[in-house]
Amino acid sequence: MISKHVLDLDPEPTIDAIAGAIRRMVLEDLRRRGVVVAISGGIDSALVAALCARALGPERVVGLFLPERESSPESLVLGRRVAQWLGIDSQAVDLTPALEALGCYGQRDGAIQRVIPEYGPGWGAKLVLPPLGEHGRLNVFSIVVQPPGGQERRARLPLDSYLEIVAASNMKQRTRALVAHHHAERRHYAVAGTPNRLEYDQGFFVKGGDGLADFKPIAHLYKTQVYALAAALGVPAEVSQRPPTTDTWTLRQTEEEFYFGLPHPQLDLCLWAHNHGIPAEKAAAAIGLSPGRVEGVFRDIESKRRATRSLHLGALLVEPVDEVAAP
Amino acid sequence: MAGIEDALRRFIEENFLYGESGDALGAHTSLLESGVIDSTGVLELIAHLEAAYGIRVLDDELIPENLDSIRSLASFVERKQGRRVAER
Repeated sequence: MISKHVLDLDPEPTIDAIAGAIRRMVLEDLRRRGVVVAISGGIDSALVAALCARALGPERVVGLFLPERESSPESLVLGRRVAQWLGIDSQAVDLTPALEALGCYGQRDGAIQRVIPEYGPGWGAKLVLPPLGEHGRLNVFSIVVQPPGGQERRARLPLDSYLEIVAASNMKQRTRALVAHHHAERRHYAVAGTPNRLEYDQGFFVKGGDGLADFKPIAHLYKTQVYALAAALGVPAEVSQRPPTTDTWTLRQTEEEFYFGLPHPQLDLCLWAHNHGIPAEKAAAAIGLSPGRVEGVFRDIESKRRATRSLHLGALLVEPVDEVAAP
Repeated sequence: MAGIEDALRRFIEENFLYGESGDALGAHTSLLESGVIDSTGVLELIAHLEAAYGIRVLDDELIPENLDSIRSLASFVERKQGRRVAER
């Protein structure tokens, strides 16, 4: 049976269990003496930082703020608020010069201009997927651009432009990972990853970027559960109430719009039902969607799992090297 | 339709099966669910349909029903070409 209560959890024992797992992973498995968390100003990284502080003590947690010229200014303000709340050390590193030198902005903008020649300085841009409707959808991205003071325009992306835009944009996540690992290494700390279950399962991360963490302490938690634990730990309201954003594009873009297609409470329940083998027609009423729509979401979940399977793989070997294989 | 199906099968063999025979691929086999094409492959497929058959795939036509098997692809191309001829 499914009801909206299937994702309920008892916060205190859950927090204690995760804190115990963090101590084991960091101190015993990774043999590091603390943790670096890139704090985005969103709820996931705030929860991870709070859990790490609970597990190891705030003196063994460092928060990094990694803005670049296209980040929302709000991200840095909220990130600092989280660090202050937890009493952890923190540092801001502006990634703009590195991203400029790597060609992130120029390569991305050049690819957008191949599709929309008028696109230029001062315009906003973001990637979007089509709506997740009754007929399911094919995950074909479009670019949305907006001139200063003008109307939004949308264009479907041909393959070469799509690949170029994604590869250039992913430099942001990969540069964040580079800086996070640098600051972890110089302290002999580990890097904490912040994906929740939806993001981890659906491949909503960049390989070699935010996917490159040493451990991911909330990857098993549905987003609904992230909110519950954050509330129990007292994450500042302005952080927990902020809509989940990618903070990667110059036009405002929620994760729902960019990738998931549904509000997280409904998508969480769809994922839970699908994971537990509950057919769409039995799950639909509790989720508040039609059976056809739920079936479409199930197909989309599987489609994303197939498309992002390689993100979860480490480097492939011709033959196993058992002597150093991961346990 | 057989001609379009054969041509699409060849395109899929060459571009997504990397030279392996697509004979085992049924006309109704889901190309997405069988893992033959992924979301990047969908973009390649759309570009091919537009270039090879002179059609324009509209946003609201981007649904599995139209593009997810060799038969549905061929039917979709035929419908689009028929509409184009009728519009002349």
